[in-house]
Amino acid sequence: MNNLHIWLTVAVIALVTAALRFLPFVIWGDKRKTPKLITKLGGTLPYAIMGMLVIYCLKETSFASLDGFLPALISCIVVAVSYILKRNTLISIILGTLCNIILVQFVF
Amino acid sequence: MRNTVKQALISTLPVLTGYLVLGFGFGIILKANGFSIALAAAMSIFIYAGSMQYAAIGLLTGGASLITAALTTLMVNARHIFYGISMIERYKGMGIKKPYLIFALTDETYSLVCHDNEDISEADRGRYYLLVSLFNQIYWVLGSLLGAVVGTVVKFNSEGVDFALTALFITIFLEQWLTAKRHSPAIIGVIVSVICLLIFGADKFLIPTMLIIALLLSLEKEAQENE
Repeated sequence: MNNLHIWLTVAVIALVTAALRFLPFVIWGDKRKTPKLITKLGGTLPYAIMGMLVIYCLKETSFASLDGFLPALISCIVVAVSYILKRNTLISIILGTLCNIILVQFVF
Repeated sequence: MRNTVKQALISTLPVLTGYLVLGFGFGIILKANGFSIALAAAMSIFIYAGSMQYAAIGLLTGGASLITAALTTLMVNARHIFYGISMIERYKGMGIKKPYLIFALTDETYSLVCHDNEDISEADRGRYYLLVSLFNQIYWVLGSLLGAVVGTVVKFNSEGVDFALTALFITIFLEQWLTAKRHSPAIIGVIVSVICLLIFGADKFLIPTMLIIALLLSLEKEAQENE
């Protein structure tokens, strides 16, 4: 692959990504009145999308063997339980990540 | 002002960990495939989309056509349309900051700006959004540069560290759950994602998931109105 093609490919990816990010704002953003359905979706989507992102992060989890899912499962439980008890984002993320590192590098 | 900077730094700390590691990994792989540090920097500055940049390495080494590159980007990044839809109201009146706020709306930035931060006053909201977006991109660019520069020299086992981003999403999901009046949107999000993941597989489930979520959420709302 020559240099020009490499940089063109990067430019195309950058443009399409930006286009996707700007699209909703271009279509519905500047009009004074955003369609009701879009405003409503805007209100409920964050809840659904956060659920989707959690599943997205865990999509490579394999249930074929214990080491495919136990580290992630245990770490998720650590994050969830510590968060419900303490309501502190940083503490939960540090605990869960440390737990996951120890499990994938030393235990499983 | 100082409080806003401090708040933005605190809320982006989880992203700092995740982005340094994932950016580092991206830099290493790109460099190992024979590409330049300049390309790593350019990609993290101008594309600034983690999973797509990883996918791009495959496109670049495989000599994919520009059309293939465009279509792959559409598939991998279509979810960003959703982020835009739910940020239209919040990003209203952002003035000169708005184009950058929209450009820098990654999964992680979205997860930090899509809900209210109680420690930020209404007047400081715009500045807070800008700082969160900017800090996150700085972490990502730094991580990629570090990976591309020292990645071939230093050996470092970062396996498992990227769980920081999963953990971030879980805490935000829980916070939303604990404060929300209705839980049906969150339940719909999780269940539809799991079902689509099982049916379509890890590489192809995002787009059907989003379409079904959008459909169910619009129907759900209409049903409520009719009551």
